[in-house]
Amino acid sequence: MLSIFTDLADWLAYVVFGLQPETKLGGAVHFFIEDTTKIFFLLVLMIYVIALIRASLNIEKVRDYLANNNKFVGYLMGSTFGAITPFCSCSSIPVFLGFTSAGIPVGITMSFLLTSPLINEVAVLLLLSLVGWKITVMYVLIGMAIGILGGVFLDLIRAEHMLQPFALKAYQSAEAAGTEPEEKIKLSFRERHQFAKEELIDILGRVWKWVFIGVGLGAALHGFVPDSWFEENLGSGQWWSVPMAVLAGIPLYSNATGVIPIMESLIVKGLPLGTTLAFCMSTVAASFPEFVLLKQVMTWRLLAIIFALLLVSFSLVGWLVNLVDVL
Amino acid sequence: MKEVEVLGSGCTKCVKTAELIQSVADECGVEVNVIKQTSPEIMLKYGVMSTPAVAIDKQLVHSGSIPDKKKIELWLK
Repeated sequence: MLSIFTDLADWLAYVVFGLQPETKLGGAVHFFIEDTTKIFFLLVLMIYVIALIRASLNIEKVRDYLANNNKFVGYLMGSTFGAITPFCSCSSIPVFLGFTSAGIPVGITMSFLLTSPLINEVAVLLLLSLVGWKITVMYVLIGMAIGILGGVFLDLIRAEHMLQPFALKAYQSAEAAGTEPEEKIKLSFRERHQFAKEELIDILGRVWKWVFIGVGLGAALHGFVPDSWFEENLGSGQWWSVPMAVLAGIPLYSNATGVIPIMESLIVKGLPLGTTLAFCMSTVAASFPEFVLLKQVMTWRLLAIIFALLLVSFSLVGWLVNLVDVL
Repeated sequence: MKEVEVLGSGCTKCVKTAELIQSVADECGVEVNVIKQTSPEIMLKYGVMSTPAVAIDKQLVHSGSIPDKKKIELWLK
C-alpha cells in the first residue's frame, strides 16, 4: 500500500523534475519526496485515530490503576502506559505530581515518564514503515526495558528523598489526602471527533518542521555521504562511536518523528544498528528543555542521576546491539 | 469581578486558553482577572494532571484541553 509514495516520488523526481536516479541530487530529492509524503499521510491518519480512542482514556484512570497495583507489576504497567499514552512534555510536571501525590512510587512514575517520549504510536508506525518490523520490535522492547529498569533503579536509591520538599511532602501524605474519583462525562462521537481534530492540528503544528528537518537531513545523508563512509569511520569496531553517538544526540533535541527518517538513512548507509539506536534514543529522550522542566519537582542531584542513567543505558544498548548484530 | 486561573506549565495551549477566556469575557462584558498559574504547587493543590486547566474563583472547572467558547460563556455567567 505504501508503495504509492515510491511511485509518486519516482514520478515527481524523475519525470516532473527530470532528475537522474543515479545522481546524488536525484537520490536525495527522491528520498525527500517519498518520505515526507509518506510520513505526513501516516501522521494524519494515526494521530486522528489514536486521539479518537484516547478521548475515552484519561490520565486519572492510569493513575488509579497504578496506585492500586502491586509494585512490581507497577514498573511494567508504568512503562506500558507510557508507551501507549502520548502526551506533550509540557504535561510531565502535572502528571508527575498527580502520580506522586497518589502515593505511586517515584520509580514507577519515572518508568512512565522515561518510556513516554521514546515510544509512541507515531514512532512505532514510522519505524514499521521506514525500517521494518524487526528493528521496530527491538526498539520498543529496548525502550520499555530502559523505562522499567530505570524505574527500579530509582526506587532502589530511594529517589523520593531527592525530590523538591513540597513534592516529597505530597508523596508522604498521599494516604491522608486520598484520591477522589473524578467523574468523567461520556463523550459523544461528535465531541470525540472534535477532540481528535484539535489533537491532530496541535500535534501536526508541533512536529511538521521536525519532519522536514529530519527528512532533509536524511535525504542529504542518503544522497551525498558515500556508502562506505560510516562503515569505515564509525563501524562497530570503533567502540567509542557508541558513546559519541549518544553525546551527539543530546543537543539535538527532536522528537521521534524527526529522528526516524535520519535513522533510516543511517542504517542504509551502514552505520551499525546499535550505534544508530543509541543516537536516536538519546536525541529523543535526553533533552535539556524537558530536564529543566523537571527541575521544578526534583533536585539537581536527582536530575543528574537520571540524565547519567539514560546516557549509560543508551550506550549499553548500543554496544549490546552491535555485538549481537556482529555475531 | 471573577478571578480566573489558567493552570499549565506555559505551553502554547495554556496561553491560548487564557487569551480565549479574556476575549470571551470582553465580548460578554464580564469583568475578569485572568491569571496564568505555572507553579507546580498550585497544580498539586487543585489536583490537576492534564493541562491547561481552569479554575474560577478557586473552583476547578476544567482540565486537559482548550475549553470551547460555549463552556467559557457558561462559566462567566
